Amino acid sequence: MTHLTTDVLVVGAGGAGMYAAISAAREGRSVLLLDKGLVGRGGATIMAQMTVAAAIAHEEPDDWTLHLEDTLEAGRGLCHEPLSAMLCARAPARILDMDRWGTRWAREGGHIKQVTAPGHRRKRCCYIDFLSTGPAVAATLRHQVGSAERIRRLSNVAAIEVCVADGRVRGAVALDLSTGSLTTIAAPAVVLAAGGLTKIFRRSSASTNMGGEAYWLALEAGAELVDMEFVQFFPIAHLAPRLVGMDPIMWDPFRYKLGGRLLNGRFEEFIHRYGGEDDGRYTAPRDLASYAILKEVEAGRGSPHGGVYLDFRHIPEDQLRSAFGPVIDRLLANGIDLTRMPVEVAPTAHYHMGGIAVDERLETRVEGLFAAGEAVGGAGGANRVSGNAITEALVFGERAGYFAAAAAGAGTGWSPTYAEPARAELETLRQRKGVGPAPGAVQLKLQDLMWEHAGPFRSGEGLERAAAAIGDLREQLPDLAISGGDVFNLDVQDYYELKAMLRCAEAVVVSALQRVESRGAHQRLDAPQMSAAFERNQLVSLDGRTGPTTPALCSRWRSVVRSEVRSA
Amino acid sequence: MSDSVVRASVTTSLSVWRGSTQEEGHVEIYEVPFEEGMSVLDALRWIRTHVDPSLAIRYSCINANACHTCMALVDGVVEYTCTARLTSAGASVAPLPKRAVVRDLVTDTVPADEKLNFDA
Repeated sequence: MTHLTTDVLVVGAGGAGMYAAISAAREGRSVLLLDKGLVGRGGATIMAQMTVAAAIAHEEPDDWTLHLEDTLEAGRGLCHEPLSAMLCARAPARILDMDRWGTRWAREGGHIKQVTAPGHRRKRCCYIDFLSTGPAVAATLRHQVGSAERIRRLSNVAAIEVCVADGRVRGAVALDLSTGSLTTIAAPAVVLAAGGLTKIFRRSSASTNMGGEAYWLALEAGAELVDMEFVQFFPIAHLAPRLVGMDPIMWDPFRYKLGGRLLNGRFEEFIHRYGGEDDGRYTAPRDLASYAILKEVEAGRGSPHGGVYLDFRHIPEDQLRSAFGPVIDRLLANGIDLTRMPVEVAPTAHYHMGGIAVDERLETRVEGLFAAGEAVGGAGGANRVSGNAITEALVFGERAGYFAAAAAGAGTGWSPTYAEPARAELETLRQRKGVGPAPGAVQLKLQDLMWEHAGPFRSGEGLERAAAAIGDLREQLPDLAISGGDVFNLDVQDYYELKAMLRCAEAVVVSALQRVESRGAHQRLDAPQMSAAFERNQLVSLDGRTGPTTPALCSRWRSVVRSEVRSA
Repeated sequence: MSDSVVRASVTTSLSVWRGSTQEEGHVEIYEVPFEEGMSVLDALRWIRTHVDPSLAIRYSCINANACHTCMALVDGVVEYTCTARLTSAGASVAPLPKRAVVRDLVTDTVPADEKLNFDA
């Protein structure tokens, strides 16, 4: 077993992890940056093709406190306000860092171009034409990480356990997928930046490897998770015809810009039936649009693949071409001619507002354990405003790296015994001859049941059913078939991913069951109103665990953390 | 893989190279459900979840052509499997020719300084 030592260990090398690494290294610390895929190519950032919100006021007068007001309003009373304030206050500096590092933000007349996005009262959202924001941000950070001294990058290395002793982080155990061997890492500070759990749902718009490992690692290490019931579903993700080479949520900006019509399977407008006002601008909020689409499908008025139509045929071709730019040719290559045909769209799992509970130093209740990016819970409350996700990666990445660097001074005390349980588990896994299904097949079952019972619309009854079904799947863990071979064995990776997915699914379902109201992204058909009694945050932990097999996820309520800084 | 692909009754065949070095390997042929517009990666993932989970492939963003990690030789041409379209005539998929094979379609595309044993 290889053993490594570092000051700061960063788990996950998307935008947040890379920024955390840069930031910790800048403080003089040695950094080890792990990714289960390739550094800078997986996770959510690379798929985030839209915009980054920051009050740099290049386009029109703006202030971070206005950005904060918009963020808090969208969060429906549940935002961890100091975290939201950190996000908005520090966003402009991060955009300008990136600009200095060579990110080619769209510009006009010398200034960085900014546009409005739903939920923002100012033109505040920076982007890179056309639908290239995430890949460009990732490329800039990859370059910075690659040229920084003190950062060691490891690809295809997945953390499978964060080791804690006496309430303090000691390091981690990781699996090297390319050899199948374990490595131990002594580290006094660990940043979890492998957020996002979209993979627990059948329909998802993010990278396929986002099984919620950050949340699982944090829980198992003794940290708490917050707001886990708040999964953001994006109403009009691409459904059909088959589209490759594009982000499935690409339609949104064009719909706002051009006024794409949402039509049911009979080519009728329908948003107005559910209280939305379309008035040619198609401004129905995300939750209402999702609700209306799913209700039409349920009533047998969906499109052939189970969604609705998005139609641009009423827009003149020259306007289409000017708005879509080269994207229109990429669509044509997919056989999609917008002047002649509508496309089919449907809601999809997109982002997670919930996450690891941290304080204003991005630290969990476990000393030395930090979170960054989408892994952080609380800044978006019940609903994230569009454009804040990459902002979160950059700002929380920078802060988590900074505070982790400070914490790393404490030194560590590593003992090889910390890795013993993980080593024994992998050994057992290798000896499996395989009577049950493969982990990947069980992942599909979990995705189906989560979509059906814990998706955009929930009920107590459905959630109870989901909880029972998750328990049944968990019981299959010891019997799963693992194929042979140590080198690049995806069954082994799928197994750990499934463990993470099951824990996350359980956390979402337990939290959704307790929240008997509808608020933001959490919509309960059996409790359709928002209730003042639930203007509280919910935390889940494994505090009740008494043995290795006890399903002991427990939840508690906490008052919302408010902040003094609220407005300009 | 979309639900509709699973429902399709038409199938096509995919020849997939399996092995652990460029020199030694064999081709396995899989019948996969076919739907117009599907990608080679769709078919490979279907094989993993429905027929043989031991097949090794590399991918992350899936079909968005953003992560650029899923390259392989499709009918003799270097392609991203996520954007390479499968046709009803099927396809043959092999590892990148100029890279060391790690396992099956996974080749050594990891930068040398991102490997665990780099300075070991």
